[in-house]
Amino acid sequence: MRETFAGAGTLVRLGLRRERWLLPLWILGFALTTYTTASAGADLYPDTASRVEAANAVNATASLVALFGRIYDPTSLGALSLIKYTAFMAAVLAVLMVFVTVRLTRSEEESGRLELLAGGRLGRQAPLAAALAISFSASVTLGLVTAATLAAGGLPAEGSLAFGLGWAATGMAFSAVAGVAAQLTTSARAAIGMASAVVAVTYALRAVGDLAEPGPSALSWLSPIGWNQQIRAFEGDRWWVLLLPLALCVVLVPAAFLLRAHRDLGAGLRAERPGPAVGALSGVRDLAVRLQDRTLAAWAVAFVIFGVVIGSLASNAAGLLSSANAQDLLRKLGGAQALNDAFLAAEIGIMGVLAAAYGLAAAGHLRSEEASGHTELLLSTATTRTRWGGSHFAAALAGVTVLLLLAGLSIGIGAAATLHDAGQIWRVTLAAVAQAPAAWVVTSLVLAVFGWAPRLASSVWGLLAVFIALGEFGVLWNAPQWLMDLSPFQHSPALPVDAGGVGPLLGLTFVAAVLAAVGFAGWRRRDLAA
Amino acid sequence: MLMAGVVEMRGVSKRFGTVTALDGLDLTVEQGEVHGFLGPNGAGKSTTLRLLLGLLRADGGSARLLGMDPWRDVAAVHRRLAYVPGDVALWPNLTGGEVIDLLGRLQGGQDPARRARYLALFDLDPTKKARTYSKGNRQKVALVAALATDAELFLLDEPTSGLDPLMEDAFRGCVRELRDQGRTVLLSSHILSEAEALSDRVSIIRAGRVVETGRLEDLRHLTRTSVTADVGTVPTGLDLLPGVHDVVVVNHRVSAQVESSGLAPFMKALTAAGLSSLTSQPPTLEDLFLRHYGAGRPGQERANA
Ligand SMILES: Nc1ncnc2c1ncn2[C@@H]1O[C@H](COP(=O)(O)OP(=O)(O)O)[C@@H](O)[C@H]1O
Ligand SMILES: [Mg+2]
Repeated sequence: MRETFAGAGTLVRLGLRRERWLLPLWILGFALTTYTTASAGADLYPDTASRVEAANAVNATASLVALFGRIYDPTSLGALSLIKYTAFMAAVLAVLMVFVTVRLTRSEEESGRLELLAGGRLGRQAPLAAALAISFSASVTLGLVTAATLAAGGLPAEGSLAFGLGWAATGMAFSAVAGVAAQLTTSARAAIGMASAVVAVTYALRAVGDLAEPGPSALSWLSPIGWNQQIRAFEGDRWWVLLLPLALCVVLVPAAFLLRAHRDLGAGLRAERPGPAVGALSGVRDLAVRLQDRTLAAWAVAFVIFGVVIGSLASNAAGLLSSANAQDLLRKLGGAQALNDAFLAAEIGIMGVLAAAYGLAAAGHLRSEEASGHTELLLSTATTRTRWGGSHFAAALAGVTVLLLLAGLSIGIGAAATLHDAGQIWRVTLAAVAQAPAAWVVTSLVLAVFGWAPRLASSVWGLLAVFIALGEFGVLWNAPQWLMDLSPFQHSPALPVDAGGVGPLLGLTFVAAVLAAVGFAGWRRRDLAA
Repeated sequence: MLMAGVVEMRGVSKRFGTVTALDGLDLTVEQGEVHGFLGPNGAGKSTTLRLLLGLLRADGGSARLLGMDPWRDVAAVHRRLAYVPGDVALWPNLTGGEVIDLLGRLQGGQDPARRARYLALFDLDPTKKARTYSKGNRQKVALVAALATDAELFLLDEPTSGLDPLMEDAFRGCVRELRDQGRTVLLSSHILSEAEALSDRVSIIRAGRVVETGRLEDLRHLTRTSVTADVGTVPTGLDLLPGVHDVVVVNHRVSAQVESSGLAPFMKALTAAGLSSLTSQPPTLEDLFLRHYGAGRPGQERANA
């Protein structure tokens, strides 16, 4: 027993060293956003009446309930302020823990680094034990820090603790899910994909469950993200619900260890099947496509589902303001059409940011291919650097564009069906595709950094986080306009897109082209870096 | 004027931050020869080959490859050469066959008959995913891809470091074949015997500088085998035999350093003296440096003194 876990302590230290930037930064990011939100809440909703009105409006809007969940105590300031954080940010936290856990287990195994260590005195279960120890303690730390910042932001201490512990338990539950997924697949990419799919499915389960009248149906109780919402922090603090994610850990952690005990190092659940003896890849462009086609397909499916759901919720948007006064105001503002547009525009903006994240990940192949030594092999053939770099860059840009086109079509078709207006398809698709140039800028940023400082290429993720934070909190933080303008998303035209959008779109495309040219210039003159 | 060397490097230097990897390196590889590029780990062999491939940029000196500039004329140069890296990394999801065909197409075509022949020769299953290949098998993928092309120049970076002895033998056969076809091979290695078995000429690199270059016969003094034998009666005059050096006798045990040309008469003398056991060891590169320079690698002078 002791033998199988030998060396886990050493691996924990090694893992913490590897994650010493990423984890603290994330924890800081979560703490900062929750603090901002908590302290801003009291100003936004100064009295009970304003809270009740806002809470009722949220509960009456199906699209918001599907995206964020319900508010169970309309008088609770905490529940209202943190509406985006119990499901949506809990899902982000879950994906973060999936990444951490898989990076420390299957990635290490796939790269062969673990084999190197396994030669020493390292027990078979040590890597998984070390990874779970790190992701569990990161979850708990993040939860406790969040509880402290919420209380510091002026929310009740007890509710803050319930909220923080909810996040901690959710993080732990999805770490355990990732621990199991890492035993089933041979590649880290596939393990991350599988565990992320579990996050997505549990998120969708609770969306459907929350939409049921009058409250959450059984479906919400099938979902760990649903559990996190049903703790109902600041609206009753149901501590016993915390037992559900912990019980899931008690089931999944032994399961992961059991799976590991019954497989070889490097192997998955299924034996590797043979493939074609003769290759059909005709060049680096084919290769670039081949390296990301499965990922793109998964994103495309998610975009289409998300799009149809959002589109079909369009007609609910007008229900947001139900009082006679508000309806009157609405008419003056341009009617239900304007409100629908505002709702769709906000969702299309989210799709634009997600597409940029895809572009960032896809352009990340430039660096990962170089670092793994694949590029050295390819550049020793008649392939030029420009051709190789261009193939990955073009594939990333095309992927971004295809995703936004699919998002636009599916939102448009959903909206057209619910609003009985076929014209929606065209205008919504146009608005979605208009988000592409901003996403291209983010994609080109990867190329620019890759060209001059390849080892920093993944830091563009941090820039994306800054852009998102500026969009979300910039106004709240009183950020100066020039700072807000640095985010490319700030310049994307919103629905309805008219001739006024052409200028910003050309500008964004120009910036993307300049960044790409800078990147290629650096890439053509630098050494290949391992 | 006679045709210039296929590879011509003059005073090439390369630094990585504070590390000087190449320090005024001179290297000439002639048309149609197998050139052994010998040096211990970290001497700068891979760096030299990467410079020749335009993967790295030299800080100083001049380099020509097939009469062209390795940095600027990449596509033109690479169409005429094939490379096997020292550490072959493949895409885990692609099969060996897919990688071979991809590299072949990027190279401007390979000969299907030769592809099949080399797959059989190296006993490589092209339907396996690269994820499941051992280091040796990954190396075979790169070797088959390189050998199946119609290149004039082959740059091979320690190509046998993952191969078993049987495959090493097959590889040697391939290199001899390339030479018979008039192709040029630059073969880096840290094993003296390997270079000895294949090379027409060798260059020895040490701390980023070529310290010795020439035909093997001319460098004979570098390639002595160390022999230890137990004999019935120790014959006299062993140290007078041609090509036999450093003879030491302890009781019935004889040890000596013998050049290849001296091996036959030396063995004859030992057999006549009632040879009962024999061990022989080809000199390692480290021995060679110790013997030839009377000192170790830079920074180790004192330790070896
Ligand atoms: N990309 C790099 N960055 C820093 N140092 C390097 C890099 N590549 C090689 N070196 C250093 O240059 C020297 C020569 O390395 P290399 O050419 O790989 O030697 P060899 O192939 O003969 O074993 C070594 O000291 C090595 O550490
Ligand atoms: Mg090397």
